[in-house]
Amino acid sequence: MATMKIAKFFVNVAIAFLLPAALAAQQADQTPAAKPNPHMEAHIGKLVGHSEAGAALYYRYCWGCHGARGDGNGENAPYVTPTPRNFVAAIFKCRSTVTGFLPTDEDLYNSLYRGFITSNMPSWKALTAQNRADLVAFIKTFSARWVTEKPAEPIKVPEEPKVTLESIKHGKELSTKLECWKCHGPEGRGDGPSASTLTDSNDQPIRPYNFYTGYRFKCGATNHDLYKIFMTGVDGTPMPSFADVVKPEEAWDLVHYLRTLQIWHNSPELALWEGSPEGAAIVKDERTRNRDTGSGINP
Amino acid sequence: MMKKYVVLAGIATLAFSGAAIARPNPAGGTVSGKVTYEGTPAKMKPIDMSKEPSCAKMYTTPQLGETVVTGVGNSLENVVVYVSAGAPDDAAPATAAVLTQKGCRYIPHVLAFQINQEIKIQNEDQTSHNIHPLPKLNREWNKSQPPGTPAISEKYDKAEFFSVKCNVHPWMHGNFAVLKNSHFAVTGDGGTFTLANLPPGKYTITAWHESYGDQSQEVTISGSETKTVNFVFKAKPY
Repeated sequence: MATMKIAKFFVNVAIAFLLPAALAAQQADQTPAAKPNPHMEAHIGKLVGHSEAGAALYYRYCWGCHGARGDGNGENAPYVTPTPRNFVAAIFKCRSTVTGFLPTDEDLYNSLYRGFITSNMPSWKALTAQNRADLVAFIKTFSARWVTEKPAEPIKVPEEPKVTLESIKHGKELSTKLECWKCHGPEGRGDGPSASTLTDSNDQPIRPYNFYTGYRFKCGATNHDLYKIFMTGVDGTPMPSFADVVKPEEAWDLVHYLRTLQIWHNSPELALWEGSPEGAAIVKDERTRNRDTGSGINP
Repeated sequence: MMKKYVVLAGIATLAFSGAAIARPNPAGGTVSGKVTYEGTPAKMKPIDMSKEPSCAKMYTTPQLGETVVTGVGNSLENVVVYVSAGAPDDAAPATAAVLTQKGCRYIPHVLAFQINQEIKIQNEDQTSHNIHPLPKLNREWNKSQPPGTPAISEKYDKAEFFSVKCNVHPWMHGNFAVLKNSHFAVTGDGGTFTLANLPPGKYTITAWHESYGDQSQEVTISGSETKTVNFVFKAKPY
């Protein structure tokens, strides 16, 4: 018994000496820095998250990529494309709020839950809802913007109208007028004339979304999510907000049209489009001529 | 005899009027000077606008990049010269600072304005642009502006120098300078600048160039005199 106690004591001493050395052996900037706002809360529906509880979760699951200082410079960051989110800069892609403004707590929670398709950010469904709420609260401790800026109002998304051929056709006209094709390409394959020159706000190369290869987006998978994407802009990337130049009713037309570009995904929009002579010809052409000039991946 | 007096009177009038022009506001002093470079600046590359025919057709000669714009006598354009210390902050003026997108260029290449001053961004081209300023301290937003849509109105609340780009047209590149007071100028052709209406005091005048960095000099104004402050930047060959 006594020997066990002594052995345990020496093991603890050994750890006490070795652990600081192990930590120091990592990159110098992994020391957690002083936070601008150490105590934050997150409110998602009835759920309340606390940053104190989120801290332990963050330093277990997140800091490998997002870094001890939350600036996206974790140990794994040099090997990860796209680069991990920088919570100190607090510019977020997936929001319900106007471009240039912070997301809502719910936006952050949803991003955690979904993960980011075609990136290294996994879905965190495996954690509990309380875990995720606590993590959202902790993420908010990295930037003073959460304290100095007023919380932004989410945009109003009107109810989605019925999918009709007129809606799809109008959406097609809109997408030509708004010149979406300059980046996304005429068939939405991410191969427009400007596609290869795009860089994000950190000067890293980035490709536009390719409608041909997938049905999920960076910021969700529903029509509602798609509506929000171009009405709030994907901040930090070349994708701008069209909120000032597209009326809400028109925005739904664009959503319905964009779904018809996802020719490998069964949607009511695609079914309706294929039922029309114009749509049937276009979809058949895209399915049979596998030019595959798009980016192939959705960064 | 009369002729001599007339001539003398004429010269006196000219001298007085000249003096009046040099001191538009007798209550303040003036700092003026010239910004030049030494060494060999990098050659600006011609811009290939073939992917945007609606803009390419507006030009008969290839347009050059505007990162370094030089002139006669080694003068340097697009340098923001401003009072970085010694002057109190000023309230934003009511008039807006205007940025125009024309021929797939930003006009002016460097837009200097004050904190909380309205900036108006207009699109005079037949193509859509997206305006994507890239500040680090201020809010980063990104808005699409198709042709024929109204001007975008925005403002910034923190002093900062940052670039503006259009993602659709990668050669489009401009700069915003958000400043704290009303004493600033952007050098044009000839590289000269004038900062007028400076009350007596000790000032730090800073000159900023997007590629060559910034440098400062101190100057003291005691009355309504004009002090000359020149800046010489070291050109980079690349």
